Amino acid sequence: MAVDLRTKLGHIELPNPVMTASGCAGAGRELAQFIDVSKIGAIVTKSVMLSPRSGRPTPRMAETPSGMLNSIGLQGPGIDAFLQRDLPWLLSRGARAVVSIAGGTVAEYADLAARLSDAAGVTAIEVNISCPNVEHRGQVFACDPDAAAAVIEAVRGRARYDIPVFAKLSPDVTDIVTIAKACVSAGADGLSMINTLLGMVIDTDTMRPRLAGLTGGLSGPAIRPIAVRCIWQVREALPGVPIIGMGGVRTGRDALELILAGASMVSVGTTIFHDPSACARILHELEEELTVRGVDRLADVVGLAHQPPAVTRRALGPSTRVSPSTPLRRS
Amino acid sequence: MTHSEVDAQAGPVQVRGTVLTVRRVDAYHAMTLVAPAVAARFKPGQFVTLAVGGPDTSMLLSRAFSIHDVRPDHGGTVEFVFASRGPGTSWLAERRARDVLDVTGPLGKAFPLPRDPVNCLLIGGGYGSAPLFSLASKLKERHCEVDFLLGAASGDRVFGALTARRTGRTAIITTEDGSLGSRGMVTDMLDQVIHDGRTDVIYACGPMPMLRQITVLARRYDIPVQAAVEEAMACGIGVCMTCVLPVVGSDGITRMSRACMDGPVFRGESVRWDDVGTIPFDAFGAPGWEPRSRRAAQLHNGQARGGDNRGGNVRASRPGTEPGGDPDRGDADRGNIDTGHGHAGHGDTDDGAAEASGGGGGGGRYGHGR
Repeated sequence: MAVDLRTKLGHIELPNPVMTASGCAGAGRELAQFIDVSKIGAIVTKSVMLSPRSGRPTPRMAETPSGMLNSIGLQGPGIDAFLQRDLPWLLSRGARAVVSIAGGTVAEYADLAARLSDAAGVTAIEVNISCPNVEHRGQVFACDPDAAAAVIEAVRGRARYDIPVFAKLSPDVTDIVTIAKACVSAGADGLSMINTLLGMVIDTDTMRPRLAGLTGGLSGPAIRPIAVRCIWQVREALPGVPIIGMGGVRTGRDALELILAGASMVSVGTTIFHDPSACARILHELEEELTVRGVDRLADVVGLAHQPPAVTRRALGPSTRVSPSTPLRRS
Repeated sequence: MTHSEVDAQAGPVQVRGTVLTVRRVDAYHAMTLVAPAVAARFKPGQFVTLAVGGPDTSMLLSRAFSIHDVRPDHGGTVEFVFASRGPGTSWLAERRARDVLDVTGPLGKAFPLPRDPVNCLLIGGGYGSAPLFSLASKLKERHCEVDFLLGAASGDRVFGALTARRTGRTAIITTEDGSLGSRGMVTDMLDQVIHDGRTDVIYACGPMPMLRQITVLARRYDIPVQAAVEEAMACGIGVCMTCVLPVVGSDGITRMSRACMDGPVFRGESVRWDDVGTIPFDAFGAPGWEPRSRRAAQLHNGQARGGDNRGGNVRASRPGTEPGGDPDRGDADRGNIDTGHGHAGHGDTDDGAAEASGGGGGGGRYGHGR
């Protein structure tokens, strides 16, 4: 039952593909009370900025059908505190640290990349480009191919050569493939998708928006089909580019769905809020799902859904106990 | 699940808890779960979170409830009280004996306990009184005198009036409609109760406006308040950053602190009650915020106006803030609170205003009627 779960984050090998999603696990410390943070593929940190940031007023959260809206506003202590306190802690626990960075200008992103490169132990950088560009009327970097490319180029230029740079894409765009291509051309070693979708809830009793920040990012299983579609489209257009998939992953089977669409790694986010040990559980479930399908190597099923049916059947192997058309029964 | 070495003793655990009973208590429900690992770690004021709705639910967020009591039966049980207000709490109210729930706890800081035998006043609004009874037992073990002051909108919403009368030295009840005890709010009775009971320390749990008023009143008498706040939470374990409120640290700096990790019990004076729901301009990391060292340098150079935010002085003089104070030590003279372990829980209430304003009066203790 030992499935080979190793996967590649750029040129770096991870023992397995399950990670936390940025903003849903802090810097790992809180989760360590419930799981061994060194056993999952990586901890993707909450986005780090240059300066401390207080975030938005409360209420910051609203539950929605199979999802939630959040409007945190990137509250965090800034890069100095991160390097001094959080990164050393992650390393001391044997966790692999994928550091998410966020900024308001291209220069801020570049400075963050430089600071992280000077510190030892950063496994990869995930660039959260779903931030307003203060130099361009607050337009979100991720929604404009040129702005997105400018950030990625600057980060790639300042990040140490051996630290992979992943661009985290927003699904709130007309054509995600255009943005994906712009980021890869600018030097991104891989892509993370999807970030939350912008949503809004109005309280019909108070007749006012539920969130103090008015709008918020929608996450949870409600957005999983959108994540699958985005990953599919980008994989189709850029088959050689590694993808960290995220968006409403609640079970090992959900993780497998994103992997079949083309993700080589899967981040778990909102699910952690009601199940602090979700990453460990989902990793275990994913291994079971692969085993029961007779798959020996995770790498064999990455993007497999893009293949014609005959190839898919062959990949499932002779020992498979399920056919693609019958639902999997969990033992 | 694994625990870090450091947290192995006191840290929370995530376990499958078996429902022992769900019963109605006036306007509320009380659920008892068999969860020995949670019970063993519990200190009064801490809370649990529960996943609701089953494995395929559309309700993704944890529901947080302060722990009412733990007992040794069945290896260790945990009881909490809730109002069935939204789909999540309605689902919980429909659980039956032997159902299994995913429960995480105990979470948050507990109520700090006084070192010396002092007079303690325990104030609860609505079912915010739930965590006060296990606290009362602990206080009595330390030979403290315990007075209760409980209030709610109506008599059926006062939780634990009988227990309070049985176990407290005194128990004053107030209801807004006068259906039980005296008509009015707990804060109307506060002056009198403090005088009669020669109160040294106040523990309070309930809606934000109540906690704010108690803090303001207690300050007149220089009585320390330990207040368990209610803020809407999504995770309860410190990762989602939704339950923040402005709290002044021992260094005088206001931070947006997490009610779940840094609280839910806070020293009343450390919370900037009037600024809850906002980001104060002088909060750590607020737009335009600068490190104090830089501000000091500017002041020194006579450039203190303009861009610097140190209007903090205005704040410093208002009730409810004490930038210079040490939250862990300030209370020592009066109540001799030893901090260090925390404490608390939340109370919450049930008062319509709190729910309408999005405060946690609603269905999940910390949620809005979820």
